[in-house]
Amino acid sequence: MAIRRILIANRGEIAVRIIRTCRELGIETVLAASEADRNSLPARLADRTVCIGAARSSESYLRVATIVQAALGTGADAVHPGYGFLSERPELARLCETHGVAFIGPTAGQIEAVGDKLKARSAAEAARVPVVPGAEARSVADAVAAGERIGVPLLVKAVGGGGGRGMKRVDRLEDLPAAVELASAEAAAAFGDPRVYLERFISSGRHVEVQVLGDGQGRVIHLGERDCSVQRRYQKLVEETPAPGLSDGLRRSLHQAAVRFTRSLSYRGAGTVEFLLDRDRGSFYFLEMNARIQVEHPVTEAVTGVDLVAEQIAIANGAGLRLAQSDVRRRGCAIECRINAEDPRHDFRPSPGRVTGAVWPAGQGIRVDTHIESGAMVPPYYDSLLGKIIAQAGDRSAAVAKLREAIAATRLSGVATNLAFHAALLADPEFQAGGVDTGFVARLLAQ
Amino acid sequence: MTLTAADVAEIMRLVEESGFDELNLEVEGLKISLKRGSAGNAGSLPSAVGAAGASASALPASAEASRERAPDADAAGRPAPVLPVRGQQAGAATAGPGIQDVPSPLLGTFYRAPKPGAPPYVEVGSRVEKDTVVAIIEVMKLMNTVRAGVNGTVAQILAQDGSLVEFGEALLRIKAD
Repeated sequence: MAIRRILIANRGEIAVRIIRTCRELGIETVLAASEADRNSLPARLADRTVCIGAARSSESYLRVATIVQAALGTGADAVHPGYGFLSERPELARLCETHGVAFIGPTAGQIEAVGDKLKARSAAEAARVPVVPGAEARSVADAVAAGERIGVPLLVKAVGGGGGRGMKRVDRLEDLPAAVELASAEAAAAFGDPRVYLERFISSGRHVEVQVLGDGQGRVIHLGERDCSVQRRYQKLVEETPAPGLSDGLRRSLHQAAVRFTRSLSYRGAGTVEFLLDRDRGSFYFLEMNARIQVEHPVTEAVTGVDLVAEQIAIANGAGLRLAQSDVRRRGCAIECRINAEDPRHDFRPSPGRVTGAVWPAGQGIRVDTHIESGAMVPPYYDSLLGKIIAQAGDRSAAVAKLREAIAATRLSGVATNLAFHAALLADPEFQAGGVDTGFVARLLAQ
Repeated sequence: MTLTAADVAEIMRLVEESGFDELNLEVEGLKISLKRGSAGNAGSLPSAVGAAGASASALPASAEASRERAPDADAAGRPAPVLPVRGQQAGAATAGPGIQDVPSPLLGTFYRAPKPGAPPYVEVGSRVEKDTVVAIIEVMKLMNTVRAGVNGTVAQILAQDGSLVEFGEALLRIKAD
């Protein structure tokens, strides 16, 4: 039974993105919008918009029962959760499953398997994928013993966390007990799970992730890797494909490791396996798997020509994988900048408000994913992402040049943005040389 | 029963002349969705089709017609958003002085009575106090009560029993004391 109407349980640029593919596929869209998003661009583009609650996420986008009720009440036969919000909460996937609504994503069990970072680490080890030296810290005494084995510096991470949240760095073993207790308390509050684990801190690392698609029956393909090392406080700012400067052997090993891991779960849908490359040691380690479409998916689409949202829907339709590994070809290079409503001059604090003017770049090899037009509101309740600018070209320096022109041509007024920061970043010689590590942005800001 | 193009045109005329804002009609092989105030993207999307595979050719035409009657454009001159117009059925009391809307506190299914077959909580003319339960909103089998919020008399019942209502949608109108 083909999916004919999808309820989109998300907002902003990703809601626009999903609607775009649905239109191409002739699938009707129902947008579940909070009060703050009732007049947004996706609300105007969707075939129907239903208001699911007040502005605060906890009263709207995070209400599992409301989302499913909205799907059932509007005759939607599938829910697309986007990224963030409930996309990786097993409760939504499960409630959809119980009520015969297709969840465009993995099974609830798979979300749980990779959402628990300890389970994910064990699954990686079982799939012969290297993991960062680490261990669970079941007690403070446990933690100290593990800390002595792993060595400092190390990171205390929340088992129920992920995405860079809930992490504490410890440089001296004597600081470890206090850090573990604090991290555990914060984890309990933020994720409802007080468990923490320790991982060696890799000082010069690169964040390289691999895009995968699984049919849920054990068949998995990869669509290449993305380098997302340009981060500020674990939030990605610039992403690119291919990852610069990797040997063919290392690149292949990353792809194969990602496929092995994903296949071992019989994973269904689109996902991304994240690795940390230890630049000094030349080795790589499994970090986590994201069981959803990601913000930076457009760079993969640009070089492969594959519509990942369409593939997600095809898999949810039970069509399996429409592509064989040999069908996936990557050409050229693509780089994305995340344009946020934040003020770099004030520690990047969010800058909500009304966008009084918006001119986005356009042209051959330029793609813009956004929900922001002149007059659009940027509410204070959600993330500050305004849009993504993606440049694609035959090689990396051409892509960087094109992206710099695109950034220079972008005009956004009414809210503070990180456009100028991106301009400086792209002009930086270390970035232009390629292959920067995750400490790059901090160094740039310190200048 | 099959509908001819003339039937569809007649249905559209009836809806346009009525005070209703939205019609969803499913008949074997055909689904018609008419919405007052549709602007922008209307006309480019096929409706969900029934088993017979016939697409509702009425849709683009209705979108054309309703664009003429679209609600006021906003300050930037863009047409108003495509949203089901909430609870503005024609008839007796429209919101006016002393008339208050009771908004839905949740998205869910609106029920006028505590259970099927039971008499409704209120009718037009019923006296209510602030705390009087006037309806139930069901969200995935969980029943949530809606209270009048004001002392007065029920002037109008806007939402349809058993239908999906949105957060903030006007369910009833009460003439406050």
